[in-house]
Amino acid sequence: MTIPVFEPWNDPEAKPLIQFQNVTKRFGEFTAIDDLTLGIYEREFFALLGPSGCGKTTMMRMLAGFETPTDGKIYLSGQDIAPVPPNKRLVNMMFQSYALFPHLSIWDNIAFGLKRENKPKHDIEERVQEMLRLTRLEKFARRKPHQISGGQRQRVALARSLAKAPKLLLLDEPLGALDKKLRQDTQFELMDIQEKTGTTFVIVTHDQEEAMTVASRVAVMDNGKLVQVATPDRIYENPNSVYVADFIGDVNIIEGTAKPTGPDQYDIAWKEGAEPLNVKSQNSFSDGQTCHLAIRPEKVTISADKPADADNAVQGRVLDIAYLGNISTYHVELPTGAVIKAQTANTRRIARRAFNWEDPVWLSWTATAGVLLAE
Amino acid sequence: MMRRFVLIAIPYLWLLALFLVPFAIVFKIALSDAAIARPPYFPQFDWVEGIGAFLAELDFENFVWLTEDDLYWKAYLSSLRIAVISTFLTLLVGYPMAYGMVRAPEEWRPTLMMLVILPFWTSFLIRVYAWMGILSNEGLLNQFLIWTGLIDSPLTILNTNTAVYIGIVYTYLPFMILPIYSALERLDGSLIEAAEDLGCSRLQAFWLVTIPLSRAGIIAGCFLVFIPTLGEFVIPSLLGGSDTLMIGKVLWEEFFSNRDWPVASAVAVVLLLLLIVPIVLFQRNQQKQQEAEQ
Repeated sequence: MTIPVFEPWNDPEAKPLIQFQNVTKRFGEFTAIDDLTLGIYEREFFALLGPSGCGKTTMMRMLAGFETPTDGKIYLSGQDIAPVPPNKRLVNMMFQSYALFPHLSIWDNIAFGLKRENKPKHDIEERVQEMLRLTRLEKFARRKPHQISGGQRQRVALARSLAKAPKLLLLDEPLGALDKKLRQDTQFELMDIQEKTGTTFVIVTHDQEEAMTVASRVAVMDNGKLVQVATPDRIYENPNSVYVADFIGDVNIIEGTAKPTGPDQYDIAWKEGAEPLNVKSQNSFSDGQTCHLAIRPEKVTISADKPADADNAVQGRVLDIAYLGNISTYHVELPTGAVIKAQTANTRRIARRAFNWEDPVWLSWTATAGVLLAE
Repeated sequence: MMRRFVLIAIPYLWLLALFLVPFAIVFKIALSDAAIARPPYFPQFDWVEGIGAFLAELDFENFVWLTEDDLYWKAYLSSLRIAVISTFLTLLVGYPMAYGMVRAPEEWRPTLMMLVILPFWTSFLIRVYAWMGILSNEGLLNQFLIWTGLIDSPLTILNTNTAVYIGIVYTYLPFMILPIYSALERLDGSLIEAAEDLGCSRLQAFWLVTIPLSRAGIIAGCFLVFIPTLGEFVIPSLLGGSDTLMIGKVLWEEFFSNRDWPVASAVAVVLLLLLIVPIVLFQRNQQKQQEAEQ
């Protein structure tokens, strides 16, 4: 039995739940969102990723109703949401600061939204109990927010925003205040909850690892524009620009000029004196066009002797070693002065490390290891 | 150890010398009898007769008298009513002002704060006199209202309870605004957004989030207005009329018109006892707030 792959964005029949249509938002002279068009599908876990000030929070606040677009339209289930005030939208938000009401107990915090709907008391109690169970907070129902830990507060905020069963849940840097270990656990919890409830999640984050872990699709933003929208693996393996390649994970960027040598085959001339690099690329380049080869450190092999029949091999010496426990990143300086990073798993104990500072080494990679980008 | 002791001793000595000792003297006078003498009360302490004979002369007659003449309890009750009503009015005026200050652009706030504190730069007495000029029959307010054609004959405001309320609200407004302002300023704006996000209208969010979270400021402001208003003397005697009955005025008349120091002292002691209740409540509110912030 095969599980159908969840990728409505590839289905031309699928209608997005949320649609941004040429949305522009200006604050005075500053353009926060610049003519942006985007579709987010039902049940998606969609991540907006970018540096601070790129406009990701503004997008989220427009969805919540705290900002209105200067130009363009936003549709939720085909309906223009601009005239709908925040309290009438089927959208709930989990705030970065959690924004728990300090004067109310955990129970009352979660029930807050439900009480506004004038539901029967019994239904409210049942729903709150369900939310407490989902977020494993039953024991803390009677406490006030200042009497529980940061991780618990985060779960209360999540429970409160999910209680009204919104069509769309917005999460503004939901894990920013947690320490790393707790954050990783919580990421999986979030994915679990998203799957269980079937709610569409839009998460804003500046942490690329977090976005890659939780999201079905990631949108990388810069200066109010979408740079790339794709699945995490495509963003990582096939970035469409140097900006995305550089923003997501570690990367070596080698600048040079392309010279076609066959179908999808290029010789890249780079830094004088060095041999041209042999690269296969789907993206086509003309003769003499400036290009950037983006290659991930883990795809660069480091060895003591020149490897036979490698597509590309360069010699250098070890400049720096970043030891991370499970892996090490070697900074290797080439004779031309360029520095290339190579990563290997530390399969042996550190005392038996093969390379040390100042050691001469060879770096090699295949023709398909990197991505050739115009800009 | 010694230094700490000295540091603690200074405020206690201060309180002892300037509060406890004078209070003991007033209390002693309250237990004495009025006399046509100098000072106008009896008994005086005499070394020859000794402490026993002196204490034997003291009694609670004056306190009993306060319960017998209905002037006093009426004055206490009337003071209480005026204090409660004017505290409420000050809250009604002060809360929107504090709220407006918090919502104002950041760069305006120091100026607005300055404007609230500015009246303190002029003597309190002069400001109350100024109100007499505004509220009197030929005053600025009546002149203005007649000029606009709203009224034909001047309104009688001065020497009524209305003038007293105006005076109290005006004088004590900063004491209401400042604690509420500081409570509202600490309020996280995202809480209001969260309330709206969860289905509250603006008004509901104000009622369910803003008001409860500024409660400590409201309580502090109310006590800061209520406590001094209860014993207020200057405002009712300058702006109030003959029918404005406040205990501060009664106290003054007993003391200076009747020259009945013992009864005046008894009135003062009872007033102090009445004030201890709200002061203790106020302290408890402050303490609770501090605990909540920790």
